Amino acid sequence: MKTPALLLLLAAASVLSLSNGLHAAAPIKLGEYASLTGKEAGFGQTSHQGVVLAIEEINAAGGVLGRPLELVYEDNQTKPGESATVVKKLISRDKVVALIGEVSSGRSLEAAPIAQAAKIPMVAPAATNPKVTQTGNYIFRVCFIDPFQGTVMAKFAKEDLKARRVAILSSVSNAYSLGLAKFFKETFIPAGGEVVSEKNFSEGDKDFRAQLTAVKAANVDAVFVPGYYTESALIVRQARDLGLTMPFFGGDGWEDEQLLKIGGEALNGCYYSTHFSAENTDPVVAAFTAKYKARWNNESPGAFSALGYDAVYIIADAIKRAGTTDGPKLRDALAATKDFSGVTGLTTIDKDRNASKPATIIALRDGKAKFHKTVSP
Amino acid sequence: MSEFLQQLLNGLSLGAIYALIALGYTMVYGVLRFINFAHADVFMVGAFIGYYMGKLVPENTIWGGLVVLLVAMIGCALLGMLIERLAYRPLRGAATLNVLITAIGVSLLLQYSGQVFFGATPRTFPAVFPSVNFALGNLVISSNQVVVIVVTALLMVGLQLIVYRTRIGTAMRAVSLNPKAAQLVGINNDIVISFTFGLGSALAAAGGILYALNYPSIDPLMGVMPGLKAFVAAVLGGIGNIPGAALGGLLLGIVETFVNGSQWSTYKDAIAFAILIIILLFRPAGLLGKVSAEKV
Repeated sequence: MKTPALLLLLAAASVLSLSNGLHAAAPIKLGEYASLTGKEAGFGQTSHQGVVLAIEEINAAGGVLGRPLELVYEDNQTKPGESATVVKKLISRDKVVALIGEVSSGRSLEAAPIAQAAKIPMVAPAATNPKVTQTGNYIFRVCFIDPFQGTVMAKFAKEDLKARRVAILSSVSNAYSLGLAKFFKETFIPAGGEVVSEKNFSEGDKDFRAQLTAVKAANVDAVFVPGYYTESALIVRQARDLGLTMPFFGGDGWEDEQLLKIGGEALNGCYYSTHFSAENTDPVVAAFTAKYKARWNNESPGAFSALGYDAVYIIADAIKRAGTTDGPKLRDALAATKDFSGVTGLTTIDKDRNASKPATIIALRDGKAKFHKTVSP
Repeated sequence: MSEFLQQLLNGLSLGAIYALIALGYTMVYGVLRFINFAHADVFMVGAFIGYYMGKLVPENTIWGGLVVLLVAMIGCALLGMLIERLAYRPLRGAATLNVLITAIGVSLLLQYSGQVFFGATPRTFPAVFPSVNFALGNLVISSNQVVVIVVTALLMVGLQLIVYRTRIGTAMRAVSLNPKAAQLVGINNDIVISFTFGLGSALAAAGGILYALNYPSIDPLMGVMPGLKAFVAAVLGGIGNIPGAALGGLLLGIVETFVNGSQWSTYKDAIAFAILIIILLFRPAGLLGKVSAEKV
């Protein structure tokens, strides 16, 4: 009578090991590269927190294809050239099956050719410059692109700000900034607006008084600053010091809480376009905001947190549909993403591997970022 | 016209900061004949001392600002002397190249220890001095710009007095002229060199605070660009020459500002540095530097 008991025990053990199978199965490795430190640490930190939250949720719900997700992440220190190095490492040493990154278009453009050559799908959460996905058929994004953002801000300047004469201050060493300035002009000038002064600066510059003094002499109604938050905040501050009182407005590069910390009161009456607002009353957004706050020390999610979060879910969804983590098949599944419902709205990947999403305009008032309106494509 | 004056003022206040940092490079070069690349990072440490001190004193008061400035200057003077004692003194007598490489090492050490201790994200510098804007017709003068120019001018006069009117200043000039002969007449070179580092570092700290007041976003790598520009300013003015460093800094700040305000703003650094190359072609020793024939 001993044998059946032993059999029962064995059977029980095998059932146990089945339920434990998730932990035994080899994890699916996702690679992330982000600017976790350095000048644009705000971008990397917020998107990274969104990514981590999504991965933890997916694993808590049983993982993908019965396997848990494992995040391997690298910091590019906001330095030019560093993204290429860390992405090579993620692909060749860590053998990740897909890449998430980056928020910045410039750094995404560094990594994209490497992902393309290795046939590893890359999903950029918030790189908005069109060139990023033009690199090749393995490069995707889950955000709107700058031609749309430029159009939205040009219309906003013309119709809401009632601006006719505008000055543009863009960063010459930044693909995103130059692109956005170009797309803005393409809508603003035909609509009857005038760009009377165009000045440039470089990434990391701290002094903009020279350019702003020239802008002041040009007598404009508003100033478009398609830069990142560190420079943009200093620009607006120095502009107010020089007695420029007109509104300044920018794109999603302004999205970070540091903008208000550096710019403070000077930013009152300024606007920027972005992908998401935690103030949005949509129940999906509210639920995400609550989960995010619980996980990250009561911090409010920013646009890049939401996009990072969505990027992970879209990759997980594609792996499920592909039934494999094999590069080409995963690529095809990603390209077939249709009406995926995330916290930043519905994502459909078009034939150019871009997503088309509504833009949110944020108004800066009394030292706070307030939801102003949403513009649909 | 008002645009021209405004740009001139902008250029002067930027140039004044370059000049303060350039003085440190030039003084160390004067006594030791090597470029202390860690100088730009002492500038950064100065700004961070100011950041932490700024939280302890009441904001927007003149005496609070002066306390912050003084503490940062003393802190950095000690740091400068410590760097000299630990990193450069053991290499006294070694080839200049070795010392130069050590300087780069110290510079990187400060930058990346800064990232560890202060964090890599940019911080917002508190408003330690009261800030108001005066309007003179179309010309807007911010009190911070005035503070920068006044503090720089005072520090330079003070420096000039120390170098030319005090015993330690005389000793510094003696070491600069001929270190061996200075030792023979009873000067303790180590003390003089240590003092020079302290003085230069204190000026860097003042530069760091003034820079952060004007551009209130500070991070551990903030010293790199101003450091490079100040180094160029020191060479432009004639390295080893104190009024030269001041002149070079002001000139560089003004040229940079005017190019930035023109339609060639894209080529800002290219044009500023091209002008420097041209000046150096005609005056290889710098604007105020003396050409000294190498004695054989």
